[in-house]
Amino acid sequence: MAVTVKTFASASEAAGVLSSDRSARYLGGGTLVMRALNEGDVSISSVVRAQDQALTRIDASGPRVTLGAGITFARVLAERDLGFLHAPARSIGGPAVRNMGTIGGNLFAPNPYGDFTVALLALDATVAVAGGFGARDIPIEEFLQARERQAGTLVLSVSCTRPVSTEAFRYRKIARIKPKGGSVITLAAHLPISGGRIAGARIALGSMAPTQIRARAAERALEGRSLDAATIAAAASAATEGTSPSDNALGSAWYRREIVGVHLRRLLSGQE
Amino acid sequence: MSKIPLQFRHNGRDVAIFVDGGTNLLVALRELIGDMTPKFGCGQGGCGTCSVLIDGELHLSCLTLAETVAGRSIETLDGMKQGPNLHPLQRAFADNFAAQCGYCTPGVLMAAKALLDRNPSPSRDEVVEAISGNICRCTGYEPIINAILAAAGGRVSA
Ligand SMILES: Cc1cc2nc3c(=O)[nH]c(=O)nc-3n(C[C@H](O)[C@H](O)[C@H](O)COP(=O)(O)OP(=O)(O)OC[C@H]3O[C@@H](n4cnc5c(N)ncnc54)[C@H](O)[C@@H]3O)c2cc1C
Ligand code: FES
Ligand code: FES
Repeated sequence: MAVTVKTFASASEAAGVLSSDRSARYLGGGTLVMRALNEGDVSISSVVRAQDQALTRIDASGPRVTLGAGITFARVLAERDLGFLHAPARSIGGPAVRNMGTIGGNLFAPNPYGDFTVALLALDATVAVAGGFGARDIPIEEFLQARERQAGTLVLSVSCTRPVSTEAFRYRKIARIKPKGGSVITLAAHLPISGGRIAGARIALGSMAPTQIRARAAERALEGRSLDAATIAAAASAATEGTSPSDNALGSAWYRREIVGVHLRRLLSGQE
Repeated sequence: MSKIPLQFRHNGRDVAIFVDGGTNLLVALRELIGDMTPKFGCGQGGCGTCSVLIDGELHLSCLTLAETVAGRSIETLDGMKQGPNLHPLQRAFADNFAAQCGYCTPGVLMAAKALLDRNPSPSRDEVVEAISGNICRCTGYEPIINAILAAAGGRVSA
């Protein structure tokens, strides 16, 4: 079935149309929307685009980094100031997917996708959205918990604070097919250290629940401690708490629960 | 549903067509322009056989909304040969037996061209990475990698 393509110059006009038409879908890079259209998804009757420059703007010079929703993974990789996000960006698809897929679209990508979002969740990112109500900022965790209900909103940008050191932010994607492949599980950890102790630990997991989640029990095991073997072991054994992975072609729920602690231990102890 | 006029550059020539809303670039190229070199494999982004260059960047034409290429420049395998001669990459593929059934070959050649245009002397790992979105169902990856390295090293005559 043919769909109507509506292209707008401003993001706010596009947001207005998205919020008033349930069968409209925003087109980011199209890697998932076009796949749905090619498969004959009749729930999409129109596709909305915005050619607003604001959606492709990067502000990465200061301690707080803001990325327009339309930024592709290839753009992230081309930006030296975004080095801390290179590992998550590089872990996605093949080169063509990285040239097309956007970080805004990644927030909506279902399992086994959404790898970049795992990194953003560990970095306590803020998502700026526009809807019929105007624009507002939502903490990424809240955004993901209500992802199903975000259908009518346009994501404008994502922002986060740059980790203080490369040691403080770590990312690992477990895939069967290399160099590209869907996620068996994805892990990201942000471990700011203050006076030798972890202060504000964030562990985010992908493919361990219907959306990306924080591993709160593991975070509690790390908080206020130094990153020694006993702390790492405690965090690793708490990694499955609160998770609800499912079976798919890449791995069973059982397998995911078995390996998540192993990979968290390796991530925290800096092993390859 | 009315047709949408669309103009873009196709292998260096301006083309003007009418598309239906939602048409993907692969269908536009094959059915409306008659360029059969980009192949339909999966329509899902998974195989890479529909790969084309858009403004020099590797894209999957099956996942590209045709309307989004208005005014842009598309390169396909059809535009790769240089006059009567094969492109060095094509020559290297022939010399190194890099095609079996040949179905993946157009997409792999576009991915390889995107790489060499940017990085004329890639490492083996960079070649592997560059074609990682292209599935060869005949699984002849080694000769493909060798062919791309040979073309990069200039060890094949054009
Ligand atoms: C072969 C292949 C391999 C892949 N590999 C990976 C992988 O390894 N890891 C991974 O994480 N993903 C992967 N993906 C999935 C996908 O490419 C990425 O997740 C990408 O980030 C999706 O972005 P997009 O802009 O292409 O989304 P689109 O297809 O444009 O959109 C996806 C959804 O998000 C919505 N959306 C997009 N942008 C916005 C916005 N600004 N505001 C509101 N809604 C929006 C759309 O309406 C749609 O519902 C892969 C996809 C393919 C086809
Ligand atoms: S046909 Fe486009 S990736 Fe398979
Ligand atoms: S040669 Fe047959 S698919 Fe690659």
